[in-house]
Amino acid sequence: MLRFLIRRLLVAIPTMFLVVTVAFFMMRAAPGSPFDGERRLTPEVEANVMAKYGMDRPLGEQYVNYLAGAVQGDFGPSLKYKDKTVLDVLQENYAVSLKLGLSSIVLAALIGMSLGVIAALRQNRSADYVTMAVAILGVCIPTFVTAPLLVLAFASKLGWLPTAGWNNGALLNMVLPVTVLALPQIAIISRLTRAGMIEVLRSNYVRTARAKGLSESRIVRKHALRAAILPLVSYLGPACAGLITGSLVVEKIFNLPGLGKFFVVSALQRDYTVVMGMVIFYAALILLLNLIADLLYSVLDPRVRLA
Amino acid sequence: MSVAAMMPGSPERAELMKNAVKGRSLWDDARRRLLRNKAAVASMIVLGLLVLLALVGPLLVPFDYDQIRKNDVWAPPLTGGHLLGADSLGRDLLARLLMGLGVSMAIGLIATLVSLVIGVAYGAIAGFVGGRTDEVMMRIVDTLYSLPFIFFVILLMVTFGRNIFLIFVAIGAVEWLTMSRIVRGQTLSLKQKEFVEAARAAGLSRGAIIARHIVPNLLGPVVVYVTLTIPAVIIAESFLSFLGLGVQPPMASLGTLINAGALDMELAPWLLIFPSLVMIVTLMCFNFIGDGLRDAIDPKDR
Repeated sequence: MLRFLIRRLLVAIPTMFLVVTVAFFMMRAAPGSPFDGERRLTPEVEANVMAKYGMDRPLGEQYVNYLAGAVQGDFGPSLKYKDKTVLDVLQENYAVSLKLGLSSIVLAALIGMSLGVIAALRQNRSADYVTMAVAILGVCIPTFVTAPLLVLAFASKLGWLPTAGWNNGALLNMVLPVTVLALPQIAIISRLTRAGMIEVLRSNYVRTARAKGLSESRIVRKHALRAAILPLVSYLGPACAGLITGSLVVEKIFNLPGLGKFFVVSALQRDYTVVMGMVIFYAALILLLNLIADLLYSVLDPRVRLA
Repeated sequence: MSVAAMMPGSPERAELMKNAVKGRSLWDDARRRLLRNKAAVASMIVLGLLVLLALVGPLLVPFDYDQIRKNDVWAPPLTGGHLLGADSLGRDLLARLLMGLGVSMAIGLIATLVSLVIGVAYGAIAGFVGGRTDEVMMRIVDTLYSLPFIFFVILLMVTFGRNIFLIFVAIGAVEWLTMSRIVRGQTLSLKQKEFVEAARAAGLSRGAIIARHIVPNLLGPVVVYVTLTIPAVIIAESFLSFLGLGVQPPMASLGTLINAGALDMELAPWLLIFPSLVMIVTLMCFNFIGDGLRDAIDPKDR
């Protein structure tokens, strides 16, 4: 276990290095600078500002400086938001994204697993077909289609829910964004659960449990479900990536003050340091979740050997 | 049966040959299974119609996609000659929708081709050469996999401006990873198969083995993955367009139309509903065909 952990952490280093490098040079290759404002700066002022942020040095030197800072957890000041460091900006905005992401993954897991179990127990009957048809719809329809359609129906026409805004995370404001984010995940999770359940229900130990005379619900809960949801654990990583991508759209549509909305805005404004900080944050998050998924997997399924 | 009946050229023999059980290739089998799949067949028909519409439709619509008409601003469907209504500039939605569908499909096809070429070449080389080369090449793919790619695509679009050619490259460059893994795995296992050994024993050259034995067997999974990549690419492009980084006006793609429709949906819901419908139908068709193909080509996975 320890060896596996160390190995994975070592592999993560070149990955993060690659992320930082590619993002750094890509961002700098972009035309324009963070100081192109409405008002043109005089050349002297601009030179001073550039010097203040160390941007008058050769690009290679800036890159080395950035790396040295990043290793020590210093991601520099924001170039657009005066008096704020990148960490400040991240800290102020990640809570909304986190709450949104966590709520939708919990919701998706609950609904998706229930639907998957129902479909598996009623295999090739109408409940199965309906669930799987819904699941196909959920996989096919991207968030940027469901989001405006749901807003149109439930907010504009019916007026049950607010059209947009965060309102400090009020429940009513969260319903639509969380639903939109959860829908594709519900679809995938229910398909995975169904496939897992169908396979497990045919296995010998489930037959043994039946032969022992256990009740059907006990068999499903105690014996089958635990084994059937194993594939879900390894889906954790991709699910997180999907949520991040989805949150870019959802935060834009519902005008939520989260990281996703910030990313596009910052990229367009050439706020180099903030963009870099976010890319690093997300890459680390995905790596971490994948690692957790692998560890969980080996704990839940002793047959899996970590190597 | 007399011996004479079996003589070459005899009418009886001809009759027999006609009725003899014809050998069925794997592909014949696959086609049969695919044609029995109602969802896949229906999807192919619908998709065929959509492609046809995207190709010839613009010629039949009496408006151009970028034709601004002051009197038709926000014309509801079926008024002023606009079958599906008009947008905030009085442009005909049907004309824009057909154009956008074409653009989305073209991007889907071309970016998938890019990913196909890179992925197959990369995966096949890694699988064939094997050993250390394979290990290094696949380690690179693993590393690229764990990057938050959507951010890099966004950065790319921001960096190099929003030109349509770049969308192809950016999305294609993202989608090739899975393709290379599939091809590599397949190549590795094919290399060990008896029929490849038999071919080698029969004295076939390396190139002939690849062409005659490896590639046809790679084709199945690759075809399946291609049909599933096209909708993924269409989604990716629309996603970029939705964030305002994709196809630029007055051009349109399904993504830009949905984005524009979402802005005006309170006043003119048809601007959102029709493009969304077309998008959903297109994506579902591709997915059903992909699933059908997978079941048809690789029945083990059912």
